[in-house]
Amino acid sequence: MKKIIELKNISKSFDGEKVLDSINLDIYDNEFITLLGPSGCGKTTTLRMIGGFEQPDQGDIIFMGERINDVPAHKRNVNTVFQKYALFPHLNVFENVAFPLREKKVPKDEIEQKVTEMLSLVMLSNFAKRRVTSLSGGQQQRVAIARALIAQPKVLLLDEPLGALDLKLRKDMQQELKKIQKATGITFVFVTHDQEEALTMSDTIVVMSEGRIQQIGTPIDIYNEPENAFVADFIGESNILDGVMIEDYKVHFSSHVFDCVDKGFAPKEPVDVVVRPEDVDITTEEKGMLKGVVTSVTFMGVHYEVIVDIGGFKWMIQTTDFVDVDEHIGLSIDPDAIHIMKKSEYSGMFGDYSTYSDEVDELQQLEEESEAEE
Amino acid sequence: MPQGRRPSAGLLAPYSIWAALFIVVPLVFVAYYAFTDNSFAFTFDNISRFFTATSVVDGQEVRTYMLIFWRSLKLAFISTIICLLFGYPLAYIMARSSEKAQKIMMTLIMIPMWMNFLIRTYAWMTILQDTGILNGLITAIGLRTVHIIGTESAVVIGMVYDYFPYMVLPIYSIMAKMDIKLIEAAKDLGCNNVSTLRRVIFPLSLPGVLSGITMVLIPSVSTFYISQKLGNGKFFLIGDAIEGQFVANNLHFAAAMAFILMVILLVMMAAMKYFTNRQVYGGSEA
Repeated sequence: MKKIIELKNISKSFDGEKVLDSINLDIYDNEFITLLGPSGCGKTTTLRMIGGFEQPDQGDIIFMGERINDVPAHKRNVNTVFQKYALFPHLNVFENVAFPLREKKVPKDEIEQKVTEMLSLVMLSNFAKRRVTSLSGGQQQRVAIARALIAQPKVLLLDEPLGALDLKLRKDMQQELKKIQKATGITFVFVTHDQEEALTMSDTIVVMSEGRIQQIGTPIDIYNEPENAFVADFIGESNILDGVMIEDYKVHFSSHVFDCVDKGFAPKEPVDVVVRPEDVDITTEEKGMLKGVVTSVTFMGVHYEVIVDIGGFKWMIQTTDFVDVDEHIGLSIDPDAIHIMKKSEYSGMFGDYSTYSDEVDELQQLEEESEAEE
Repeated sequence: MPQGRRPSAGLLAPYSIWAALFIVVPLVFVAYYAFTDNSFAFTFDNISRFFTATSVVDGQEVRTYMLIFWRSLKLAFISTIICLLFGYPLAYIMARSSEKAQKIMMTLIMIPMWMNFLIRTYAWMTILQDTGILNGLITAIGLRTVHIIGTESAVVIGMVYDYFPYMVLPIYSIMAKMDIKLIEAAKDLGCNNVSTLRRVIFPLSLPGVLSGITMVLIPSVSTFYISQKLGNGKFFLIGDAIEGQFVANNLHFAAAMAFILMVILLVMMAAMKYFTNRQVYGGSEA
């Protein structure tokens, strides 16, 4: 595969605050690559640098072998679908889509033909003469995509384009974007904070946090072999525990020694252990490798979400079996459901399901502190 | 009302009464006086006098009031265009400046408006006089004095100075609200700075330009004080004519002129509004 964009050692600060810290990323021709991370992780800034709206403080942006740090946005062969579409309200649908062609002084009949083609690609053939302000969110989205694609850019940048759409429409648009990407063969660089969206659409996912790339890989790699506790927590649900590698294929956590499929760690090396909630089996207390008390059960439709207290650590388990609150149960885990990760700066920050969000965590902590003071 | 809730009639009443008493009734009176003679009998004489009255200027017979009217319109257009040429870039620069700079510039534009406009006009007299401040400066650097006071230029300077803020403020307020993403989108789609301005920023700022033009053109067409003080009374404008007839107690003819001026301005504004609406909201559904 051919590299189309290379980001080399990119750093950027806003008002003294580092938003990108030595980013190195290769983007290949024809791929659907997603920059995934929580807000403030630097994913949008990375996108804006490729688009030409931000300059890196350090590092090089290479586009098809050429350094383009100083090339202004309008001279880059890259187009953007903006977060809130940024359609021109003074132009109708046709003229919005024709906008880049008119700038290039393309002949009239060619514009007519290309815009018509493009509008049918995004299923808006009957909307050419409509005002963009009269369109629904999904339709505006389609206009924005058509407008960005019509000049046949090498790379299409999409900045959380589906964020404003409702769930069903978003699912449809995910499918459709994927289809358009396949049909046009244009490289898509997609920014989102929605891990599910990233998993379903991407060829490659780049997980970012605090201005650094945490992991680059296929959706399956990222889900099954998370590099550290941040990635494990951000992609899907994870129970993340402190463990110690006893020897190859043997790991100790939650006061039990488990068989696992990982090797190559130093003897007695402290590690983070990830167990996905859907990989835990519930058995009777006697048969379980781990024993605990159910503290809550939530019906989720397809499955129950069960929180189990095991020696003070709250596990999340997804199961189709019904258990009751306060029931004593046993858990068993297959060796290949146990993922071992090196310790990182994110160790200990995630993976306990006492609460789901950091915000509630912090509030609870404050509460406890103020109680302690009294 | 976007929420579909209409304010109750009771709340609107004071404003309706105000509008009726101080806007509608006076307009009706203007129209009534315009179409009546001194004994309040219906007549077209006042109206036709405006279009047909003649006098001799420089040995030539001219239609007096048409001449005055065209002169007023010409000077008002020149002032409006000058205001637009200077006001538009200023508004653009202001809207793109830091918040602090915006506040400072806004205050600087507003300060002259806190002063009475008679005083402002007198100030311009002392500046522009043949022995005034401007000529003082010019002679100080060794150039020949210029004669400005009593020329059309002096009247235009006075108008531009007085009405400039009314051009800048509406354009600025629409530019400041403009979504920066639209400008980024234009650049993303291949526009350089000039074509971004031409194809996106300017069309979107047209409503502000339109209200700026309205707010400068109308008072400059009908001004009378500025022309008397800075034009040395040599450039009789339509406002002067109306004032003169009014002072001479020719109320009916004064009303007729005011009425005609109003109708012409209304037609001009309507035409301009129609034109910009088509520009701003393209498409057949507009």
